[in-house]
Amino acid sequence: MINTSLKELSAQLALKKISSVELTQTFLGRIRELNPKLNAFITIDENKSLAQAQAADGLIASGQAGPLTGIPVAQKDIYCAKGWLTTCGSKMLHNFVSPYDAHVIEQFNRAGAVNLGKTNMDEFAMGSSNETSYYGKVKNPWDLDAVPGGSSGGSAAAVAARLAPAATGTDTGGSIRQPAALTGITGIKPTYGVVSRYGMIAFASSLDQGGPMAKSAADCALLLNVMAGFDLRDSTSLERDKEDYGRDLEQPLKGLRIGLPREYFAAGLSADVAQAIEAALAEYRKLGAQTVEISLPNSKLAVPVYYVLAPAEASSNLARFDGVRYGYRAPEYTDLTDMYGKSRAQGFGAEVKRRIMIGTYVLSAGYYDAYYLKAQKLRRLIAQDFTDAFARCDVIMGPTAPTTAFNLGEKSDDPVSMYLSDIYTIAVNLAGLPGMSVPVGFGANGRPVGLQIIGNYFSEAKMLNVAHQYQKATDWHTRIPQGL
Amino acid sequence: MQWEIVIGLETHAQLNTLSKIFSGAPTAYGAEPNTQACAVDIALPGVLPVFNRVAAEKAVKFGLAIGARINRRSVFERKNYFYPDLPKGYQTTQLALPIVAEGGTLQIQVGDREKTVRITRAHLEEDAGKSLHEDFHGMTGIDLNRAGTPLIEIVTEPDLRSSAEAVSYAKKLHSLVRWIGICDGNMQEGSFRCDANVSVRPMGVETLGTRCEIKNLNSFKFMEKAIDFEVRRQIEVLEDGGRIVQETRLYDPDRDETRSMRSKEEANDYRYFPDPDLLPLVVGEVFLDQARATMPELPQAMRERFVSDYGLPAYDADILTASRELAAYFEDATATLGEEAKLCANWIMGDLSAQLNKEGFEITNSPIAAGQLAGLLKRIVDGTISGKIAKEVFAAMWAGEGDADAIIAAKGLKQVSDSGAIEKIVDEIIAVNPAQVAEYRSGKEKVFGFFVGLAMKASKGKANPAQLNEILKKRLAG
Repeated sequence: MINTSLKELSAQLALKKISSVELTQTFLGRIRELNPKLNAFITIDENKSLAQAQAADGLIASGQAGPLTGIPVAQKDIYCAKGWLTTCGSKMLHNFVSPYDAHVIEQFNRAGAVNLGKTNMDEFAMGSSNETSYYGKVKNPWDLDAVPGGSSGGSAAAVAARLAPAATGTDTGGSIRQPAALTGITGIKPTYGVVSRYGMIAFASSLDQGGPMAKSAADCALLLNVMAGFDLRDSTSLERDKEDYGRDLEQPLKGLRIGLPREYFAAGLSADVAQAIEAALAEYRKLGAQTVEISLPNSKLAVPVYYVLAPAEASSNLARFDGVRYGYRAPEYTDLTDMYGKSRAQGFGAEVKRRIMIGTYVLSAGYYDAYYLKAQKLRRLIAQDFTDAFARCDVIMGPTAPTTAFNLGEKSDDPVSMYLSDIYTIAVNLAGLPGMSVPVGFGANGRPVGLQIIGNYFSEAKMLNVAHQYQKATDWHTRIPQGL
Repeated sequence: MQWEIVIGLETHAQLNTLSKIFSGAPTAYGAEPNTQACAVDIALPGVLPVFNRVAAEKAVKFGLAIGARINRRSVFERKNYFYPDLPKGYQTTQLALPIVAEGGTLQIQVGDREKTVRITRAHLEEDAGKSLHEDFHGMTGIDLNRAGTPLIEIVTEPDLRSSAEAVSYAKKLHSLVRWIGICDGNMQEGSFRCDANVSVRPMGVETLGTRCEIKNLNSFKFMEKAIDFEVRRQIEVLEDGGRIVQETRLYDPDRDETRSMRSKEEANDYRYFPDPDLLPLVVGEVFLDQARATMPELPQAMRERFVSDYGLPAYDADILTASRELAAYFEDATATLGEEAKLCANWIMGDLSAQLNKEGFEITNSPIAAGQLAGLLKRIVDGTISGKIAKEVFAAMWAGEGDADAIIAAKGLKQVSDSGAIEKIVDEIIAVNPAQVAEYRSGKEKVFGFFVGLAMKASKGKANPAQLNEILKKRLAG
């Protein structure tokens, strides 16, 4: 059951071969057993989950079930869920029980899905290894010495270890795709504006986007059908007709033009990852696709541009965490300024503080033009690169990350090398494009490799089709870590 | 040395929308603390702003009213600073691209001449909450009801040259925002607040002196006093050989002085940047047309019309257009009367205004309606009563005793215009006051008033004054 697709689980629920309560209990049991090793969850609330499961069974019994009714879904702890502790991986929110639901949570509730618990993450989604969480590191189920990637590392580990049939993530610079790659699962970050950001605790507003993380592209399509949708409460949410992201899954790939950016296969890419990617591309050619070399000439600017813009927005977005109205407040202080200083010094971790400082610096009088404004201009150039590229291809492919999962602690003291693990994913956020990661094999150390698929704006259905056809022809996505 | 005073004003006017600028919470004043603050207003994690288009409509109306250029695309930015009554840690405002751009002006009356004050810009922003320092021993209470209330900040060029001009501008602006229905203008509740940038320079010098910004001017009286104090202070400093330090000063009405709040060096670096949660505010043609269509006749145009159509002096026209309601009252009364607009203006600006002020009424709830006043004035015009008797009728009308005609009839106040009756009175008076008659005839014409008084008294004030004068003169001449 733990390896069963969402479509099949839904069918079994409909046929009453299994109840949602049983399904939920199965996964809660696995969480009880394996979470102590992986630390993928921050909050588990069996009663709440089972109550939802029971309600879902009622819907199924009365014939009101939808495709996700009764399916347990692990929620990244960045999504506010009413009555649930919502920490965003930070001590700052160690006591914050959300009084409201994020749009994404509402959508899952409406669909009758079961909230299986809140998954661990890098603090305020700032990190690529899940080591910045106040609630401890998450371990990679493929190798407990390895990181699961970040920031949606808890969701990735939970799905990879089959602690959950599916999970949600958010992606600001690669936070869905990179951990999906490092744990051998499938994840998609939609076009900016497809999934509402309402109730998703903001890191960098112009880059943040929610998306699903699951065992397969077909599962991701079902999840995205629920997560996507216009929301009046998010001014950047796009008003578009509801679409079925799984509608094109079975389309053949004959004639598909795959663009391979020269810059994504250059120095810095480790040989074992390159090899797995080449093998995957060979498979695509077998499926009738053709590959064309393309160029994204401003790729090298993506990381520096991102590390100006994302911290700038974060420095402002995180100002609300001041100890005044909710969250952590220092126990002792002498006056207002001291309360701010101590609450924030004690409530935020090192990486968050680093980014707040960078962001504050680049927005400061005298530096704004040289950093923030310049980065905004370059952001447009980076987006233009993709527009030019899509004139020559239907999708772009390359590695999701330059290496397989690195070891815990390996990059903790070297932020720049940590930042470079998102070198292939960041440009996609800057351009607002959809991107996904699909497992395509293993590296020399036996850790998973992810293939990144980048599509044009609103081409999620196409990308899921491209991924699904590959998954029909291969079995990488069905591999599960052994020896847990 | 002769000093020139230079003043620019920044005014925050609360836009009278039903809900807040970025949330659906109500804006009504006076509720229990923190009962009108929703998740967005208290800045819970994850919440996002959604712009209230009604605020844009009101801002656009203001722009049109002052003849400014409207930015078809304006941008909300974040002004970052920490304060407990600022829940997000930033205020959403407009900096580089405000909704109302340059080109706007306001005409003010300075003595008997008009002066044009240039308005640099006006932008949309959200208000902060309130910090309550009383009633909390050693702590500060935070009330976020006001957080997110829409404001328009209106900035002038440094065109004002005295506290009187500043007050005149502020009053005119206050009248305008109420006139076009975008702000209730309630200064006690903080709906209309001014900051003044004040500097002085030697007369004839072109470069501006160093300015100080005075905050907390929540009445016109305080504004005048604060500016006067600040000007004196600056001149004293300069004449003693000192330098003005650019700073923000707070006016203390109890001590009638301004005090330093923070210097420029202590000022925050607000790190403005475009708010990524909000799209640029686009004002389309249709939106603009709608704003134009719902715009009332503006005070300036009405003022000019009052002079040209009714033949009123500019001074009267200015006073009568102080508010839309007052102007409407005047036009109603004049229309009913059908003539003598100046008489109407005199009564409204004189007796009626005085009585309203005295009794604490507004023109909108005046006990004497425009039609009633016109009914009274009609009887002056047609000679039924004298102006003096009219005051008595006015008082009775105010007391609710009915319309002018009913009061005149009930009290028998109809003027005596029968020349026979008046002649009889005059003859009797002349007969019993021979000494005074002799005095008059010897050239002491001042005694004339004595006879008028006696005659009026004898007629119980009802003698037609013009007729009485004529008959008296004739009889006294012998």
